[in-house]
Amino acid sequence: MSGHAASDPVGPYGLVAEFESPQELLEAAEKAKLAGYKKMDAYSPFPIHGLSDAIGFRDAKVPFMVFLGGLTGVACGFTLIWYTATIDYPLNVGGKPFNSLPSYIPISFECTVLFSALTAVFGMLALNKLPKPYHAIFNTPGFERCSQDRFFLAIEAEDPVYDSQVTRDFLAALHPVAVNEVEK
Amino acid sequence: MALQPLNDVMITGDQNNRSLDDAIASLILNQRRHQKGWWMLFLFGVLGTCLMGVSIMWLLYQGIGIWGNNVPTAWAFDIVNFVWWIGIGHAGTLISAILLLLRQQWRNSINRFAEAMTIFAVMCAGLFPLLHTGRPWVALFWLFPYPNIMALWPQFRSPLMWDVFAVSTYFTVSLLFWIIGLIPDFAVLRDKATKPITRVIFGIVSLGWRGSNQHWHRYEQAYLLLAGLSTPLVLSVHTIVSYDFASSIVPGWNVTVFPPYFVAGAVFAGFAMVLTFALPVRSFYKLKDLITDRHVDWMAKITLATGLIVAYGYMLEIFFAWYSANPYEWDMANNRRYHGPYAWAYVMLIVCNIVAPQFFWIPWCRRNVITVFIICQLVSLGMWLERFVIIPMSLTANYLPSANRMYYPTFWDFGMFLGTIGFFCTLMALFIRFLPVINIFEMKDLLYKIKTAHPTPAIEPGHEPVGSEA
Repeated sequence: MSGHAASDPVGPYGLVAEFESPQELLEAAEKAKLAGYKKMDAYSPFPIHGLSDAIGFRDAKVPFMVFLGGLTGVACGFTLIWYTATIDYPLNVGGKPFNSLPSYIPISFECTVLFSALTAVFGMLALNKLPKPYHAIFNTPGFERCSQDRFFLAIEAEDPVYDSQVTRDFLAALHPVAVNEVEK
Repeated sequence: MALQPLNDVMITGDQNNRSLDDAIASLILNQRRHQKGWWMLFLFGVLGTCLMGVSIMWLLYQGIGIWGNNVPTAWAFDIVNFVWWIGIGHAGTLISAILLLLRQQWRNSINRFAEAMTIFAVMCAGLFPLLHTGRPWVALFWLFPYPNIMALWPQFRSPLMWDVFAVSTYFTVSLLFWIIGLIPDFAVLRDKATKPITRVIFGIVSLGWRGSNQHWHRYEQAYLLLAGLSTPLVLSVHTIVSYDFASSIVPGWNVTVFPPYFVAGAVFAGFAMVLTFALPVRSFYKLKDLITDRHVDWMAKITLATGLIVAYGYMLEIFFAWYSANPYEWDMANNRRYHGPYAWAYVMLIVCNIVAPQFFWIPWCRRNVITVFIICQLVSLGMWLERFVIIPMSLTANYLPSANRMYYPTFWDFGMFLGTIGFFCTLMALFIRFLPVINIFEMKDLLYKIKTAHPTPAIEPGHEPVGSEA
């Protein structure tokens, strides 16, 4: 009953079931989680709320990274202005103090937004390991409809309870349009 | 005959995921859908872009003396156009970020369009202050903080420096927002493409997007955070632009009401521009089921609401000039409005910005695309005149009457302005032809939500106004 080793370069990637509607995919993911599958993923043309819970995926790294990005931004922006305006190049403008805090606010704020936005986008892409031109899931027959109007549930061969026959029977019982074993 | 109220159906016709794909993606995959209308827009745009190119080259060769500005009117058309274009861009961010946070789902069919407009408008805007420096390549050291061999740093206490940071951050963040919205749609185009070259191009730009739930999960987190970041950003950008005028001591450039009034004016002009492009596009490309009359109605109402805020700003400007008891302020207020040489511009501005949008109180005017289009053109003109009245008019007559000097624009002032309009149209034309004009995955999401909320189809065929339940 043991699945294929993660390092196995040949064996199958997993079993992929195709569904016609988001509701069917949600129910299938819920049942697969109850059946004990952990290494699985769902594929859909648009984000479906509740699907992360259904497949048991939790992740809050992006917001945390964005917060750190924002802190870095405000620190960099403020330090740059403070250092240049008070230490490296103090210039008397209209008798204002060198360290004139209120006028530092706009640029510090803009730097905060800039750094956090860059972190949000590039952090999201990095965590999702994109760009990735090749992925085994693309070998699924009919997968081009995943971006259009079909919904897929993949149970990966790396899952400890994966068994090509048992898992196939389990997926077939969920009334999918098709179940396919997909090569790596 | 009394008009029936519009219902709140955001997607009309018998739609499913496939019909949405076909309606939007075919604009790119079936190039035959682009007919004469597209070529007219493109040709107009290319001619304008040529004019812009010539204006820029002549400016760089000859210097900014070819423009009408001269002391005391050091800022004129260049800054008017800069503020006008930046303002137009703001509607895009309002639609994509603020309406997302407010859960206004009708934004899904216009946000891609409006974001593209933001980016192109900011590109046009950025040209003006850069070229106003005369020689942009030597302006670098006082615009951007880099350790240069002259040991000089930019002046961070100046609102002009704040502008540099605000506008460049705004451009970067808007571009990021637009691009991450496009990635899942590129995947749709990759999968629907029949020509190998199209498939390869969209395969590359879709970054291998496969619609995985784990990806969507982080994608939505990032998208929502970007919306949350863009919201204060867009308010800060026009606030900072208005600081250029609000924080000076020149009469007429010394009003604390400028930040909110500039932000409202930006949204006002921006919605007018969104409608200017959305109305022809939805009728040329038969997208009336996705951008419905209800959308036009909502946008017209926002235009009216922001127009009223702007009208309040105009009243406060006069009130402050009087209440300050400052003779220079009061004289400037009169000079601008009654006996100054450009008083006609002020009258036109009031007609375009305050009188014209009042027609949007009448439901018939909000539903008739012709009246909506005409009012939007008037609003765009009016907002340009508003900046013209504020910027050069305050400078021509100052504290010392001996220093007064009338301002006259030159051919090259107009050339540069019309040129950027052409450049904007070129970019819009290319966008309509080569990128999805409506966010495909968000429309599918919306359709799914509508269908699960109303299991019995509440979607009426056609797009005539139909009776609402309320």
